[in-house]
Amino acid sequence: MLKTLRKIGSIGIVTEPAPAADELLRVRAALSEKIRTILGRALCIRHVDAGSCNGCELEIHALNNPLYNIEALGIRFVASPRHADLLLVTGPVTTNMETALRRTYQAIPDPKLVVAIGDCGCTGGIFGEGGASRGRVANVIPVDVAVPGCPPAPRQILSGILTALSRAGRHS
Amino acid sequence: MSLRRWLDRAHSVPGAPSVRGIGVTGREWTDIARDVAVAGGRLLSLWGSNTDAAGAAVYAAFLLDEGALIAELPISTGEQTTHYAGLESLFPAASRMQRALFDLHGLRSSDPDRRGWLHHDSEYEFLRVSGDGVHEIPVGPVHAGIIEPGHFRFSVVGEKVLKLEQRLGYTHKDIERRFTQLPILQGHRLAARVSGDSAVAFSWSYCQALEGMSECAVPPRAAWLRAAFLELERIANHLGDLGALGNDAGFAFGLAQFSRLKEQLLRATDHAFGERYLMNAVVPGGTRADIAPAAAVTLSECIGAVAREARVLHGIYEEHAGLRDRFMDAGRLATDLARQLGVLGLAGRASGQSLDLRIDCPCVPYGDLAPAKIVHEAGDVAARVAVRFDELQESCRLVGRILDALPPGPHLATIEAPAADSFGAGLIEGWRGPVFVALEAGPEGSIRRCHPHDPSWQNWPALEHAIIGNIVPDFPLINKSFNLSYSGHDL
Ligand code: SF4
Repeated sequence: MLKTLRKIGSIGIVTEPAPAADELLRVRAALSEKIRTILGRALCIRHVDAGSCNGCELEIHALNNPLYNIEALGIRFVASPRHADLLLVTGPVTTNMETALRRTYQAIPDPKLVVAIGDCGCTGGIFGEGGASRGRVANVIPVDVAVPGCPPAPRQILSGILTALSRAGRHS
Repeated sequence: MSLRRWLDRAHSVPGAPSVRGIGVTGREWTDIARDVAVAGGRLLSLWGSNTDAAGAAVYAAFLLDEGALIAELPISTGEQTTHYAGLESLFPAASRMQRALFDLHGLRSSDPDRRGWLHHDSEYEFLRVSGDGVHEIPVGPVHAGIIEPGHFRFSVVGEKVLKLEQRLGYTHKDIERRFTQLPILQGHRLAARVSGDSAVAFSWSYCQALEGMSECAVPPRAAWLRAAFLELERIANHLGDLGALGNDAGFAFGLAQFSRLKEQLLRATDHAFGERYLMNAVVPGGTRADIAPAAAVTLSECIGAVAREARVLHGIYEEHAGLRDRFMDAGRLATDLARQLGVLGLAGRASGQSLDLRIDCPCVPYGDLAPAKIVHEAGDVAARVAVRFDELQESCRLVGRILDALPPGPHLATIEAPAADSFGAGLIEGWRGPVFVALEAGPEGSIRRCHPHDPSWQNWPALEHAIIGNIVPDFPLINKSFNLSYSGHDL
């Protein structure tokens, strides 16, 4: 126990400031002021891997580490789509995941936001479209913000999430 | 009969060291498999092809003490109901590979289990357990957490698991077919994305096959840099898992500390090689980037710090009564069962299976690096945690050594596309276990066929056994202790 406490004490707080929103990532019109007030500063995210290589997941995980500390911004990952405001989707959508993705999207209460993560989520990436891949997330559900990268770094993912929440044109 | 007769007849396959190939008849296909099984060999991979251009064939790669042996069985396609003999009675892991082979290529084995595996177009019949008080819990494909999709069907009495049946294939992207649409000199990019957490292992394995086929001599510096990449990938994954395992056992402190260390490591990797995850680092002929002397010093210092901190955290995990209680005896996979199931890699070494290709079948530079082999016997979550802690230290040591002793010279050689019809194999011990790539060139720099194989194929069925008799709430912890790939398996 003493060792544990000593470790906690010696490390201190390492969290860094969050990145800004980035209007370039937005693909649909921004939220109305009213909805932004409803969502406030507590955002619940449900993640769905619709067929990724697991690379993007690794960087989404990093958002929970003490340096990005996403919970300190009032953003939480939740286990049920019914508790979520925002759906974070990775991967090209595989045929085998298409139904599960649609159902998860439908289960999220309105108003809802969708952020597509990674080159795969944005365009189908290296896996493309065709065969067992339906390609980009927007082919299956409406997408608000798309974050490119393979995988995108945690700051870019965070910036994408904050963009979805932000007022249009505030940062560009 | 002994394996000798097969090995004497076999020809050498370009790519990874000690890979041999042999063409067999339908009868020899089963004979060779039986001889391998009797000699204590393992099934490494089973795959097939069925194209107009190249005809139909099924392949089995075996792992022996002498290296790998690939058997090729040409198939005449026709109206028959069975095309080749299934190997599932000798190697249980073959069953799913055979079902996948049918989905992908329409070639049917004699395996009585004819359910689809990667294709989900028909209703799936789970095996039912019946009896007093038995009920089923279906979970997935979307799980509660940031993880890959898959379906688990538990049959339980009270909280106790009687049976777990997995249903995978949700991330199936038809990767084998996608390969055939890429130029062979570009295939490494897709290989790196078969399972993103094993990008180095897959891209290296692919390049190993390709470079063998093209007779490209990889500069020594590139080989050493690749080893540094592979060990950095191992360290990053082990750090991530050790944190998550602590967290799954209720020790959030562990996650906070290990995820901080992992972030430091990724930043140092980024600083040294220009990317946090080494998705693009291994390229045909060598490596994409070299390392500047100053960056090597910084990376070395970071690795030293990670190793030191991990040692302290290891002590904390060991002394923590709550963690010990959750880890010990949970999800036990006994040594005998692990052998029968052909479990590979990290999970195998936690159940007494002494196999590590870096030591048993080393490619350059592992002969010089001489890593220590880490084997534990208990087969429980505690053993899989212990293997990770020990391997983490060993990999930190290796990276330090590599950075100290990097041979001078270029990090990249020119490489030409191999001749049509040439065949090669790559075999690399990734952090999860052996990663295998079988590659065949088509005309004009194209890929005729590429089969990437992740050890998760062997290890997923073992998880079904390891969970039996445990309680459902321990499943996330036990599952995490294996940390198997969905994408690498679903192809
Ligand atoms: S964008 Fe890259 S890292 Fe993300 S899922 Fe696609 S291939 Fe993997």
